[in-house]
Amino acid sequence: MKKVIVFIKQVPDTSELKIDPVTNTMIREGVPSIINPFDMYAIEEAVRIKEKWGDTEVTVITMGPPQADAALREAISMGCDNAVLLSDRKFAASDTWATSYVLSKAVGKIGEYDVLLAGKQATDGDTAQVGPGIATWLGIPCITYVNNIEEIKPGYVKLHRMHDEGYDVIEIEGKFLLTVLKELNEPRIASFRGKMNAKKAEIPVWTAEDIGADPAKIGFMGSPTRVVKAFSPPVKQGGIKISAEEDPSVPEKLKSYLREKLII
Amino acid sequence: MGFEKKIVIIGETRGCKIHHVTYELTSKAAELAGKINAEVVTLVCGHEIEKGDLERLFKTGAHRAVVVDSPELVLVNDDHYLRDIADFIKSEKPDMALAGATPFGRALVPKLAITIDAGLTADCTELGIEEGTGLLLQTRPAFGGNLMATIKTPEKRPQMSTVRPKVFKINETYGNPVNIVKKDHIPGKSRIKMLQTVKDLEQVINIAEADIIVSGGRGLGSKENFALIFELASKLNAAVGASRAAVDAGWIAYSHQVGQTGTTVSPKLYIAVGISGMIQHQVGMKSADCIVAINKDPDAPIFNIADFGIVGDLFDIVPKLSKIME
Repeated sequence: MKKVIVFIKQVPDTSELKIDPVTNTMIREGVPSIINPFDMYAIEEAVRIKEKWGDTEVTVITMGPPQADAALREAISMGCDNAVLLSDRKFAASDTWATSYVLSKAVGKIGEYDVLLAGKQATDGDTAQVGPGIATWLGIPCITYVNNIEEIKPGYVKLHRMHDEGYDVIEIEGKFLLTVLKELNEPRIASFRGKMNAKKAEIPVWTAEDIGADPAKIGFMGSPTRVVKAFSPPVKQGGIKISAEEDPSVPEKLKSYLREKLII
Repeated sequence: MGFEKKIVIIGETRGCKIHHVTYELTSKAAELAGKINAEVVTLVCGHEIEKGDLERLFKTGAHRAVVVDSPELVLVNDDHYLRDIADFIKSEKPDMALAGATPFGRALVPKLAITIDAGLTADCTELGIEEGTGLLLQTRPAFGGNLMATIKTPEKRPQMSTVRPKVFKINETYGNPVNIVKKDHIPGKSRIKMLQTVKDLEQVINIAEADIIVSGGRGLGSKENFALIFELASKLNAAVGASRAAVDAGWIAYSHQVGQTGTTVSPKLYIAVGISGMIQHQVGMKSADCIVAINKDPDAPIFNIADFGIVGDLFDIVPKLSKIME
């Protein structure tokens, strides 16, 4: 049996984010949680690999509070076979260094695997550090920004890595972790059968002890970085608004506006 | 010399050239170094890097440049780069290490953080020194720019950040003496095989680092109409961006997509054409210095953040703009 493991994160739905007009801070209460959008492409790719290879099991993992169970069930509804929730108070306040350690220890407990997948970054933290971190803890290569997989089989992949001037064509032999971009695929809608599987799936909860995590490497104390303060950036306000119908000279006005501001 | 501390810049190269983010970070490091009496050391890994580019590091604030030169470093193979950089950090023991938050830095430095057991803060947009402790204060956006967080690394060394390109200005007034030191490349096996690099010919100017971006959305109505965007962009020497709707419709490649599931940009000028500006688009571009919106719907959310909004028909306005912008 071949094995694909997908790492996902439950994040607040940014499209529902609101800013408190008085305190100018982000309102988190009542904001629905979703699977991190980039992770949807990782889930889809894992299921496609399974369909292509046959005799393959897809396991989805997340670290989070008990309610992250819902994100795992959604992943199962899209075709993942089983899931693991890493949940323990001791994991709380882990930074990317500690989080990638915890996830790598979970992989260690699972044992054998062929491919690891994750989204490019999460839309809450926006760091893009956990995927490469997990791979490094496990001692396997990681390719980020993957936007095309030409060929994939157990122990081999040929892919494209997007960068700011185009893309690299890369080949890896052995085990590997990929972090993926939107362009890779189109995530499917859960089937009825998938939803049924999600409903009845038994999702184990693993604690720090279960995965044999070193207490000095997890949670607040295990995290090298500390948040000193969090604050809201100044709110951007709308400025000039002109109707082109009422004022045909608006292109010229824009040009002089940009000249005045020394932008052009 | 009598430096008390050391700041390392993990340089980035493209072919024989040094990437501008390396100069930006060298200048910023020089400014921070003044406060804590630190040496600024820029590491440059690559092959046959131009002498002029290396010398420019000293104008922009470096005290020392360490060059690792090998044909194995022509293509960015993380395995080869990581070995050289990790070895350098271990031997130099800097207090701080900075790299660009480019695809290069964002892939490599998280691996470095685990390899050398150090903390890392991603995508910083401000760096400072904490009074009293001399610690590096790293400020970064999260939640697509809706929240800012200041982060520090109290114990582990070096304190590491990746920093967004074009956030800091290059300061060429330092005039430090040229002090280039060679370091041997560490040969070794790689599990990754770099077959080739393909240049995206459509993307002449890269959107993540462009000063001006002209972006097109659903309002364009077709792939052919994107020509209007390309024309205005070429007049302004701008990069071409797009909304998710335009990319999903297949009018333009994903590499142009600005927003939550695309690229985050912060140009001096962002011109949104036929883009309604849902929050997923806004999180990718609202930190632009100046936003111009052209949309026929006066209630489009993009107008809430536009410095200059034009309500009207883009097919009428954009060609006029292209005509007068030279």
